[in-house]
Amino acid sequence: MAAEKPRPRLAVWKFASCDGCQLSLLDCEDELLAVADAVDIAYFQEATRGTISGRYDLSLVEGSITTAHDAERIQEVRRRSRKLVTIGACATAGGIQALRNFADVQEYASVVYARPDYIRTLATSTPIADHVPVDFALRGCPINKRQLVEVLAAFLVGRRPVTPPHGVCIECKLKGAVCVMVAHGTPCLGPVTHAGCGALCPSYDRGCYGCYGPKETPNALSLSAWLAALGMDERALQRVYRSFNADAEPFRKESERHGG
Amino acid sequence: METATRRILTSEGLDGLLAALKRRGYRTVGPTVRDQAIVYDDIGSIADLPGGWTDEQDGGHYRLVRRGDAALFGYAVGPHSWKKFLHPPTLRLWRAARDGDAVQVVAEAPPEQPFAFIGVRGCELRAIEIQDRVLLAGQHADTPYRERRRGAFIVAVNCAKAGGTCFCTSMNAGPKAAAGFDLALTELADRPGGVFVVEIGSEAGRLMLADLPQRAATEGEIAAAEGVVERTAAAMGRAMRSDDVRELLLRNLDHPRWDAVAERCLTCGNCTMVCPTCFCTSVEESSDLAGGETGRSRRWDSCFTMDFSYIHGGAVRASARSRYRQWMTHKLATWFDQFGSSGCVGCGRCITWCPVGIDITEEVRAIRDSEQR
Ligand code: SF4
Ligand code: SF4
Ligand code: SF4
Repeated sequence: MAAEKPRPRLAVWKFASCDGCQLSLLDCEDELLAVADAVDIAYFQEATRGTISGRYDLSLVEGSITTAHDAERIQEVRRRSRKLVTIGACATAGGIQALRNFADVQEYASVVYARPDYIRTLATSTPIADHVPVDFALRGCPINKRQLVEVLAAFLVGRRPVTPPHGVCIECKLKGAVCVMVAHGTPCLGPVTHAGCGALCPSYDRGCYGCYGPKETPNALSLSAWLAALGMDERALQRVYRSFNADAEPFRKESERHGG
Repeated sequence: METATRRILTSEGLDGLLAALKRRGYRTVGPTVRDQAIVYDDIGSIADLPGGWTDEQDGGHYRLVRRGDAALFGYAVGPHSWKKFLHPPTLRLWRAARDGDAVQVVAEAPPEQPFAFIGVRGCELRAIEIQDRVLLAGQHADTPYRERRRGAFIVAVNCAKAGGTCFCTSMNAGPKAAAGFDLALTELADRPGGVFVVEIGSEAGRLMLADLPQRAATEGEIAAAEGVVERTAAAMGRAMRSDDVRELLLRNLDHPRWDAVAERCLTCGNCTMVCPTCFCTSVEESSDLAGGETGRSRRWDSCFTMDFSYIHGGAVRASARSRYRQWMTHKLATWFDQFGSSGCVGCGRCITWCPVGIDITEEVRAIRDSEQR
């Protein structure tokens, strides 16, 4: 009998983030056993008390870089990882905490913390790819667990994950959802937002909030003109692009065009 | 005489038709109200139809509104088309599982029931005819389409209301159901109790009707039905001169209008998804975590996505300009070369459901007018 193939070693790392994306992995109840069978989860603080040692075949990285210490730690993670995949809007675009990039972080800290002098933080929140090479980025705030399983399955056999970069509109149309903007007049970021959630909000009569960040070739300028015609004012237009993916370039640029 | 074959069904008779189709094993699908729009879905009886509703349509705009009567078909087409049943948005083609040392490949089973489509409009009949040509003619017929198309029973409806974005008369595709149906109804909404003038289009239609409570139509009813279609034809929300549009577009491939429309276009692909003739798909492979099962599926794709024209090294149509131009010239020009007809039936969906209201008729007109200046 052939010796059992060693299972690839998986690590899940956390930087500045809310843990929601890591929890998506634990949320994969139906697939969790299969995941545990397929890979050796060697480091995953949310689930086990793993210790950093040796090398990892696949590192899933959650969170953005907001401190000098983290900027160093991500280098170490990269050194130890054969493949590095970022999961979620924080790791991929800087997250909601990248709102600090539009403001003065000292001023923020003085308002938020009783003892701002205890706070050691960088002036910006930046995506992992600004610091180290990234092999694949999985979008979402939080990521979609079906897509996470797809990324793992693809990694295991060495194929490209099927996570199309087109817009949310296509997901709406594939599931037969009625367009909330056309049929209800509800402002929606779907036409400029990366697919992956399965058109969650439009399926519940809400406009898309842009959790998955900009799609391929987004035309936010044209969408904004239409949103303005639907009644959004300049301030609202600025804010609509400034959420979990505020510092992703197409959203940042569009938000800077509005609100004065 | 052809008119001698016109029969009358009441609302009750129409309900009987639905029941009879179900009894004979058909899956009856038709218009119904969901999420403030008229979509196509399973229907059990005429109570599921959008009785008393109509729609208001314009570029990037759709609203359901009350009619003030109880007409069952008093609206134009909505966001869905019959291609969602005949050429489904997502479809598994096959899966393969490990079985010891062997691999077992299992093809996806065809649907168990034939479809009965209730309320197919003239433009939609033409669209089905076009997709038949695209997907069934030639050497490589599409098996899933053939399985779904075969044995489908079609109850057409002659439009009694033109939508704000309709231009089927320009494309010679409506509003009258010309061919390709088993039964065609014209609703006389102003008569009490629901009166439908029925035209028989096939032997299957004749047999189905024979079992229902019905009577011969009077001369007056036949004339009234013709009047309905004439009034609709005269009320189109849009128009497009189509006799020379192929040549017009092909000699204007470098027109500045393509740049202007590209500034507005979101490359979202909604126009291709709602278009009843667009047929493009992408094939996706899957494999599970345990490495025991793989599968292949396909889903609607669009010439507006980057992956669509991706070949080694990048997307061939990277600019919005080239993608919009591909869409419009395929619909109105190169479709003739490929399939012998226009790829547009004038249903207006691409105009209504474009999130920023880009209007194919306006784009054609802009290019045409620039030549005349
Ligand atoms: S191109 Fe537009 S109007 Fe023509 S058939 Fe397609 S959706 Fe309808
Ligand atoms: S217009 Fe685009 S999506 Fe539609 S059939 Fe042509 S290439 Fe396909
Ligand atoms: S024409 Fe309209 S619906 Fe079509 S891709 Fe452009 S913005 Fe989307």
